[in-house]
Amino acid sequence: MILIFLIATLLLGGILAAISARWSTNLPRWISLAAIAVDLGLSARIWTGRSLSASKTWYDEVDWNWVPNFGIHFHLAVDGLSFLMLMLTFFIGIIAVLCSWTEIREKIGFFHFNLMWVLAGIVSVFLAMDLFLFYFAWELMLIPMYFLIVIWGHERRVYAGTKFFLFTQCSGLLMLIAILALYFIHHQTTGVYTFEYSELLGTTLSSSAELAIMLGFFIAFAVKLPVVPLHTWLPDAHTEAPTAGSVILAGLLLKTGGYGLLRFVIPLFPRAAHEFTPVALALAVFGIIYGAVMAFSQTDLKRLVAYTSVSHLGFVLLGIFSWNPLALQGAIMTMICHGLSTGALFVLVGGLQERIHTRDLNRMGGLWAVAPRLSASALFFSLASLGLPGLGDFVGEFLVLLGSYKVSVTLTVFATGGILASTFYALRMMQRAFFGPNTNSWRLPDLTPRELLMISAMILGLLWLGFYPQPVLNIFAPAMHNLQHEVQMPAATLGSQP
Amino acid sequence: MNATDTLALLPLLLLAGTTIVVMLGIAAKRSHKLTAGLTLTGFAASFLSIFAVARLVPRQVTSLLLLDGYALFYLGLIVASAAAVAVLSYQYFAKHDGQHEELYLLLVLATLGCSVLVMSVHFVSFLLGLEVLSVSLYGMVAYFTGRGQALEAGIKYLVLASASAAFLLFGMALIYADTGTMAFSSVADLSVGKSNLALLLPGIALTVTGIGFKLGVVPFHLWIPDVYQGAPAPVSAFVATTSKTALVGLLLRYLAPGTRQSPAVFFLFAVIAIASMCAGNLLALRQNNVKRVLAYSSIAHFGYILVAFLAASTMASGAVAFYLVAYTVTILAAFGIIAVLSTSEADAADLEQYRGLFWRRPLLASVFTAVLLSLAGIPATMGFVGKFYILASGANASAWLLIIVLVLTSVIGLFYYLRIVVTLFSEVPEPQPSTQRLDWSTAFLLGGLAVLLIWFGVYPAPLLNLIRATLGGPN
Repeated sequence: MILIFLIATLLLGGILAAISARWSTNLPRWISLAAIAVDLGLSARIWTGRSLSASKTWYDEVDWNWVPNFGIHFHLAVDGLSFLMLMLTFFIGIIAVLCSWTEIREKIGFFHFNLMWVLAGIVSVFLAMDLFLFYFAWELMLIPMYFLIVIWGHERRVYAGTKFFLFTQCSGLLMLIAILALYFIHHQTTGVYTFEYSELLGTTLSSSAELAIMLGFFIAFAVKLPVVPLHTWLPDAHTEAPTAGSVILAGLLLKTGGYGLLRFVIPLFPRAAHEFTPVALALAVFGIIYGAVMAFSQTDLKRLVAYTSVSHLGFVLLGIFSWNPLALQGAIMTMICHGLSTGALFVLVGGLQERIHTRDLNRMGGLWAVAPRLSASALFFSLASLGLPGLGDFVGEFLVLLGSYKVSVTLTVFATGGILASTFYALRMMQRAFFGPNTNSWRLPDLTPRELLMISAMILGLLWLGFYPQPVLNIFAPAMHNLQHEVQMPAATLGSQP
Repeated sequence: MNATDTLALLPLLLLAGTTIVVMLGIAAKRSHKLTAGLTLTGFAASFLSIFAVARLVPRQVTSLLLLDGYALFYLGLIVASAAAVAVLSYQYFAKHDGQHEELYLLLVLATLGCSVLVMSVHFVSFLLGLEVLSVSLYGMVAYFTGRGQALEAGIKYLVLASASAAFLLFGMALIYADTGTMAFSSVADLSVGKSNLALLLPGIALTVTGIGFKLGVVPFHLWIPDVYQGAPAPVSAFVATTSKTALVGLLLRYLAPGTRQSPAVFFLFAVIAIASMCAGNLLALRQNNVKRVLAYSSIAHFGYILVAFLAASTMASGAVAFYLVAYTVTILAAFGIIAVLSTSEADAADLEQYRGLFWRRPLLASVFTAVLLSLAGIPATMGFVGKFYILASGANASAWLLIIVLVLTSVIGLFYYLRIVVTLFSEVPEPQPSTQRLDWSTAFLLGGLAVLLIWFGVYPAPLLNLIRATLGGPN
């Protein structure tokens, strides 16, 4: 039941926030924070109340009949993987509320309504264990996100929002067809109509059908992750969204793609995924390098950060399709740390834009002298982004590379080149924006206590993940074991791949 | 025809009686309120009588009409949507000067025609129902004789409908010449050599022309945008929902699943379906008139319905029924909002009139957003469950080409729905206070439709159970 409360709290919080805007401008913000805090408390209950026996897959679950005519269940469940994603969601959620505290001054109630509902959608995606419910949540989280972009975004918000929606909706519908195909094939072989994840695992499929259905899922997740060449919505959406929108997009929405690959694509279609591995790995490495090169050549600071996401998420794809323990641990670490470091960069860029009303790198320069704390924080997260040892991103990418080395040496070498390229864009960003002469004679207030609070929380998080990632890996371990157990695909066979 | 047969026709008799009562009412006292009240009472009585006759079905009443669960389901949908149109008309026409009472008379007559269509199993009742419907609609579409657009729409509809009726009659004649019977069962058997396919197939093609015209599917769709735009908003709602529901109900009965699967018929409908999905969605892209957008989107939506029609299984007929309910609820709400926002001079059709509606009238705009998302097939609305159901029946029949076209074109459709949504939420420089008041009957109707839209979108099981109980569905 706690799982239902997790979602219901956010939904209710959103409605209350919308109503409360009539009386006070700060009330919606506090209500949103309170709703997320309640969810954090509930997650602590899940953590302490989890069953420790090794045979149980789920910490907690709810399973109700929803549409019995189609065999659809309202099935929510949480394991280590989902739990980590939930923690990330609530953390990023709090950051998103805090970073829009002064940025959003109009239509505050409706803004927080959308913010809460997009979080509710994301939480449902991470919890859904019925494929119909999963699709339902997958589509539902789009609408509030779309509103966040088109109502509170920057200059080209309608274009960016519409593009985002069309890309995700089109790929989502392909996934729906794939889900339906799986559903009917499962019915043909077993005589049972069900969308239940655990029952659909191990459905016997002909290899061509398996590949087609796998691609339906893969494309949906590849658009979200994003995988080059399906990434073109991302720079626009990230750039045009308000800060909170960019933080949620980068910190959470992209992670739903990685989560989907990890939870659905490989366990449901092990053989097809195995066949597809060389393509996926090549796409991943191409994305890593392409994202880095594109980031290097941007002049819009927010767009630059957006392209770094394309590069970092390439590591996630690389890790997932390498499918060995090291690489998977690396993928999950990268997902979490990218949420923190890129989220923080978007917060800083958003703060900067609020102060100087531009995102153009050419118009910046010399900001270190006038806003040392802001600049130092930017330096910290740039270093995290380029993979400085001791910070979380390094652990993730290092583990991914270790894992992928076992699968393909050549691709690993190229991927490592991507890390090198990240040094260039990160240092270029620092150089152009914060160092050098202050030619435009900017004068701006430094970080406020509220911003300092957010930034230090994220710094501490990255340091903790960088120096002592073991707790995260421990939480993930049983879930990873289960995922690998579903897949009768030993890592050794993958090793023979080019 | 014995007493029980007469009793079984009670819903039809009540509708027919209502026309006489309304007519006498108008003759005795010209009062908009009284006429609307009588009409609604008649619809309510007819709707309730459906439950009363439910225990008599299935029952063949003469060789013309068949009352079964299927007919009663569609009958309920038709009467309920017509009643909703009557409620919308009341507020809408009260804003206009002139005499509005006759509209209700025509509305009841058209509903009667629709009801006959979904019960008919014979060409005679088919043609009778269709003509009662058409003749009433000419009057309804051109009801504002002072408006040029309305007259244009009415004339266009009159000419094209008469032409399509001629095609239909010719088709019926060919089929009769071949099979010697006018019952629908005559076209069921296309495979066996006993029938002369050279007569039968053209006959079917010509009758499909007549039906396709009323459904407004490509290539018989040319009248749709003009009529939607020119007719008063409640009448457009009637054309979009009630009359099309009746025709779909008839089509499913006329061409039995076996007939649909014969290659020639399948090919014919597959082409119509694909052309409708593509043309409807593409033509809607560049429209700035909300009524025309809804018109073109209706072409696409009936293309979607044809996908399930072609899937031809019990699951598919459930999908068609569900989709029709979803579409009816959604479109009634859409035209309800247009009717509310319309003034006595013109209907609120221009997209600019909707700019920033959310910040002026949040509830109305929220309902409209839900409507547009439902048309786009986004989860938590009935439109999503309907689209899911159609995709499922298509996948079940392995009609992959059709469902992939459906998916791709509905993404195009998303684009113009989102454009309206963006307009609803965009900024207005100086918001003018809105003058149109929402009276309680329309508010109640719109609220009810919105609740249905979300409720059955989130928890469709009760409606699915009802459909399964009346039509016989999956599992």
